[in-house]
Amino acid sequence: MGPLFSQGIIGEELNMFIGFLIGILFGFGLESGGFANTRKLAGVFYGYDFVVLKVFFTAALTAAIGLFLLDRYQIMDINLTFYPKTFWLPTLIGGLIMAFGFIIGGFCPGTSLCAASTGKIDGMVFVGGVFLGIIGYAFTSATLWEGLKNKGALGKVDIATALGLSDGLFILLVTIVAVIAFVVVTKIEAHMKAKHDYQL
Amino acid sequence: METLERSKRYMNPYLAGLIIGIAMIAAYYFSAEGLGSSGGFKTVVVATTNAINHDYAKKTKFFESYVSEPESRPIKTWLVFELIGVMVGAIISASIAGRLKIGIGKSPKITNKTRLIAALSGGILWGVGTQLGRGCTSGLIMSGMAVNSLSGYIGLAAVFGGGYAIAYFFRKLWI
Repeated sequence: MGPLFSQGIIGEELNMFIGFLIGILFGFGLESGGFANTRKLAGVFYGYDFVVLKVFFTAALTAAIGLFLLDRYQIMDINLTFYPKTFWLPTLIGGLIMAFGFIIGGFCPGTSLCAASTGKIDGMVFVGGVFLGIIGYAFTSATLWEGLKNKGALGKVDIATALGLSDGLFILLVTIVAVIAFVVVTKIEAHMKAKHDYQL
Repeated sequence: METLERSKRYMNPYLAGLIIGIAMIAAYYFSAEGLGSSGGFKTVVVATTNAINHDYAKKTKFFESYVSEPESRPIKTWLVFELIGVMVGAIISASIAGRLKIGIGKSPKITNKTRLIAALSGGILWGVGTQLGRGCTSGLIMSGMAVNSLSGYIGLAAVFGGGYAIAYFFRKLWI
């Protein structure tokens, strides 16, 4: 029964190697979907290319449905994974800072790494920026950020439980919303492409 | 010629999403860990600082938990191996599709200089935002959504909601 590493079923070295293999699959999926192309990424905010929305929600929901079923059929215990704790305030503010980063920089950290490794100079510069940002945060964390970072602590919160729904029903609802969104954005995309001649 | 053009096309987005979703399930099943990016960047910064000045790293809060709790290290190093894999996977995909070449991705209406300054600024903002918000699109949002965590949905609303709210003001960079 999973997860294998936290129960000592696989050792540390094998776990690292598996991480490397999983990374290959992740990077392959990102690049194949067009995530190394900054124009395609920014398109989601301007309506000419919704590849981000399609790839992202398909990935998140595939994972949510898969993990839900693995947990339900007792193939894996989600409680033994590193389930993220919620600190709503810093995540909200940090998320807004990232939103500016996304619109201005045209990547997020994972996609910039794909762009950088496949020869995109803007991707390499972005990766450099991420390192500078983390270093800047690190050296100012004690004075500027530490107080805020631990505000709004709610512990491990399952959003379905918080809304009074079962996990399965919640995932079903998000899936329905995503499918409707896929249909709508495909129409918007076709309309925008017909109206403007975007070179991607 | 036509075959070449076809090979340069991107994969069906739903298929690409399925591949990433399977990678996510595997990450949780084998390693009890979601897919991440910014966490791996942070590990590199921490390890470098620690190598240069261990005493500073040990007494500064940002680095402290990483350098003084040995049991928390392997899982953080996992992200570094995963990120090396991401680079390899991206290179494999780009070489198969004939997209492996040096260049700058940008709107044809802006200069290379503007694009590179914007990319650097955007990267810096992500560096700060991920440390405050506890992760990026992969580690905070997608991995969070995979296990129905509230934090993932707050991140989703802030990053994408925020993006739509401000997109108009930065449209000259893109359209």
